[in-house]
Amino acid sequence: MSIEEKVIEIIVEQLDVTREECVPEASFIEDLGADSLDLVELIMAMEENFGIEISDEELQKIRTILDAINFIKKKKGMAS
Amino acid sequence: MERRVVITGMGTVNPVGNNVDETWAALCAGLSGIGPITKFDPGNQATKIAGELKKFNPLLYVDKKELRRLDDFIIYALACADMAMKDSGLVIDEANAERVGTIIGSGIGGVRTIEREHTVLEQSGPRRVSPFTIPAVLPNLAAGQVSIRHKAKGPISCPVTACAAGTSAIGEAFRAIQGGWADTMIAGGIEAAITPFAIAGFNAMRALSTRNDEPAKASRPFDRDRDGFVMGEGGGILILEELTLARKRDARVYAELCGYGCTADAYHMAAPPPGHEGAARSMEIALKSCGMGPSEVGYINAHGTATPLNDVYETQAIKRVFGAHSRKLAVSSTKSMTGHLLGGAGGLEAIVAVKAVCEGVAPPTINLDNPEEGCDLNYVAHRAMEMNIEAALSNTFGFGGVNAVLVFKKFRD
Repeated sequence: MSIEEKVIEIIVEQLDVTREECVPEASFIEDLGADSLDLVELIMAMEENFGIEISDEELQKIRTILDAINFIKKKKGMAS
Repeated sequence: MERRVVITGMGTVNPVGNNVDETWAALCAGLSGIGPITKFDPGNQATKIAGELKKFNPLLYVDKKELRRLDDFIIYALACADMAMKDSGLVIDEANAERVGTIIGSGIGGVRTIEREHTVLEQSGPRRVSPFTIPAVLPNLAAGQVSIRHKAKGPISCPVTACAAGTSAIGEAFRAIQGGWADTMIAGGIEAAITPFAIAGFNAMRALSTRNDEPAKASRPFDRDRDGFVMGEGGGILILEELTLARKRDARVYAELCGYGCTADAYHMAAPPPGHEGAARSMEIALKSCGMGPSEVGYINAHGTATPLNDVYETQAIKRVFGAHSRKLAVSSTKSMTGHLLGGAGGLEAIVAVKAVCEGVAPPTINLDNPEEGCDLNYVAHRAMEMNIEAALSNTFGFGGVNAVLVFKKFRD
């Protein structure tokens, strides 16, 4: 499974949204209805799934699904 | 003139039913809701039985996201409140929202969540603890989540008075309406403490029945062979309304809530004193608060836990308050069928007392084969009894020495 697919799978599960809503530019808070605690939980799931650590400062910069995908790719040493 | 308070809606989930009708039918039929523990593997726990909810579908009341994040006690509260609100037909809108309050008690709160997240902490470290832990653990989040869902912006609280929490909640809600703080209250008690930690803790106190081979016979209030209480889960929530407003919207009125008494034993953290004078005073205060004489009471929904001390002392307290009239009372223990819902007990048992008043039926105490010495009241053994009930008491007593009593009576204009 690609990073993109895995990220979207996690979002669908954690935020109880549909795959169709998960377009790359969708904002977690504005478009997917997440609050600050939802985001923390979502990031924890990403950390666990991809074996990475995301600091609170880094978390501030992740607004959209594309942000998350690019961030994870960078952390994993993959070009975006 | 004092503001009168009536009951216009009720909802419950408990070991014998997932709504009021199912529950009342099961209780009148004397059915036990006690069985082997299935929520976790009881392993080498001394007690392997409990009163769990049966076929409860949480997705009728919460979505998948909430199901994952909310502790069971909150989900049960949301279910009870949804049912009670629907039953009452009450609409909360901008005009009345600030006059509708929420008081829902719980003895322990989200104990299952504490256990689960503590295991995460130990095994995976602090960064893995869910951000939803604290809002799932705090006992007042049952009231909080219910108020959020129904947009009730009036007074909110959560008495944490152990096994009396539901009764304390309804009593305080009653006072809030009487005192003019609110016109309508969503009130009751809720619990979800069938967990390894809670069972082990109560077992360490030797408080629980260990009659594991006969679950349906394990909860035996007032019986010689009782050996402690059986843990149950769930609770009940009622809609309390100021009478003139209930009338104005033509609400169906089940009964009037007219009295509340609350006292402390100031004696021991877990045991009642001989004769249980605190319980007696609580009943006396509740009756006095509504100017009711003992002879007007027909039915008492007893605390009736089936612990060695409670049943004898509660009987003595009833005799002290009611004197010769105690022989004419029907006194029964719902816990013989549901087990002990701890903070949820007062919620469920208030509903049972209300139903007893409006249906004219005293539900039974099951498993009462040989009454304990000194337990010589009419406990409605085995079979429900039809009788006119003008007024009924609901007794609940809790660790910490709290005694809380409600008085319900037939509604008359």
